[in-house]
Amino acid sequence: MEKISILTAGDSAVTVEFANEISPDINRRVIAFGRALAKKKIKGVLEFIPTFRSVTVFYDPCLISYGRLCKLLMRMAENTEAIGEDTKRVFYIPVCYEEAYAPDMHTVMEHTGLSRQSIIELHSGRDYLIYMLGFLPGFAYLGGLDERLHTPRLATPRTKIEAGSVGIGGSQTGIYPLDSPGGWQLIGKTPVRPYEERRENPILYRAGDYIRFVPIKEKEYQEIDMYCRAGNYHCQVKED
Amino acid sequence: MGGIKIRNGGALTTIQDQGRYGAQEAGFSPSGVMDQKAFHIANALLGNKEDEAMLEATLLGPEIEFTEANCFVLTGADLGARLDGAEVPGYQVLTAGKGSILKFGFAKEGVRGYIAFAGGLKVPRVMESKSTSLRYKLGGVEGRKLEAGDEIEFCKPIPMLRHLGRRKVIPDSFLKKELEIRVIPGLQKDYFTKEGIEAFFTTPYTILPESDRMGYRLEGSPVICKETVDIISDATVPGAIQIPASGKPIILMSERQTTGGYAKLGAVITADLSLLAQAVPGSTILFKQVSVEEAQEILIKEKAEHKALRRRMKRWL
Repeated sequence: MEKISILTAGDSAVTVEFANEISPDINRRVIAFGRALAKKKIKGVLEFIPTFRSVTVFYDPCLISYGRLCKLLMRMAENTEAIGEDTKRVFYIPVCYEEAYAPDMHTVMEHTGLSRQSIIELHSGRDYLIYMLGFLPGFAYLGGLDERLHTPRLATPRTKIEAGSVGIGGSQTGIYPLDSPGGWQLIGKTPVRPYEERRENPILYRAGDYIRFVPIKEKEYQEIDMYCRAGNYHCQVKED
Repeated sequence: MGGIKIRNGGALTTIQDQGRYGAQEAGFSPSGVMDQKAFHIANALLGNKEDEAMLEATLLGPEIEFTEANCFVLTGADLGARLDGAEVPGYQVLTAGKGSILKFGFAKEGVRGYIAFAGGLKVPRVMESKSTSLRYKLGGVEGRKLEAGDEIEFCKPIPMLRHLGRRKVIPDSFLKKELEIRVIPGLQKDYFTKEGIEAFFTTPYTILPESDRMGYRLEGSPVICKETVDIISDATVPGAIQIPASGKPIILMSERQTTGGYAKLGAVITADLSLLAQAVPGSTILFKQVSVEEAQEILIKEKAEHKALRRRMKRWL
């Protein structure tokens, strides 16, 4: 096991770093540590951000000292086991890969030498681990994109990509949760919004969950879109 | 109920509170006011809730009409305010009648002026906060800067606060163009050479015009890294000093991204972020190294001062 270190992050935060690599094992420890932290409710700890291989903890120095917090966190981190696969939660995200929703499909086909059908099968054929959320509200950094699908980003990023767009950027894949500028190759679109303020759970998933893309036809897209807009679409979630 | 009507939005006027905390885990940048100190003083003087939202105006202030009488206060940058044509002072609670016009000009000192109203502003909360996020286009008024024609209601206006004349403090001055900014080294400081870190703490840096609510870009001696500045993306903090491949530091401010892939040399102490918020482009910075313990002492002292001011004003409500 790698040595855990605590990095000073200004006067109101510290970063607990478990390792310096991206791996599902390390990330599972990060997730487990975050959950333990949420449960423990340490006085003075305000919130925390779990990332690939570390957790940044924000605190109020009026309520807990730097020294005491570091000691407490170190002890907790050393006793944190990775969460097991038994708590796996998968969100099934419907994606329409059809022409009108996939402006960069041809670029990806050209680059990978794969057919549209193979790209769809490869992209939707596995569960992706959500390593962390960041960049935009509800933006999930997913691990495990098939190497055959790796495609460089656009040379010139688009100034506006619509919320729900599904893209590939280098070795990564993901969903744009909001309209935003961006440089990923867009190969599909989902009517489901990872972030929706009015929903009971505004952010659909959290780090440690999994996403699986489910190919849908344009007609289904429009149906689900209608339900989503009315606020009564529920993503299929499988827990085991 | 009435409130304010924007006749001219100025350069960049937004609604901000302390920020959108509690959702950084999901990727929400907190946003919120740039100058926390000016923000706290304004709410304290008015006897408002600690986190009540106000207007943050940038460099060129707005023109506002009161559609209902209320008390207000101006803190932060001096934007040359005039109420119905007459100059009015900052850091002092004032009253405006229905139909009054509050008009600002160009900043005489500082960058960001705060316009706070007794009882606060009525805009919907998004994830518990009224702060505008320009990047996500949410919060405040439709997630954008204020424009002519916008109307914002007051929550609970107080046309006449008790002990009005005593609701004032000595204004902060923002005339200095050479700042000393204190930094706690940490995070990925081991990514940088000894010479790089020495350059950072001994040579002056200039704030570039491309600086905004998200980050301040600096010009000066490049901070040289050992091998690379690329890291596995991790979380950022307010005031974090990111060093991209050019070696030119970027200080992360209110609308920072919650995660990032550049190595960070350390972070500016909370107390000095307010100073930075008021620093005009072209100002120079000398960074001074401090320990966490020193920084926390400064922060605790500042919070105690705010509390004392709040208590003093509360007694008169």
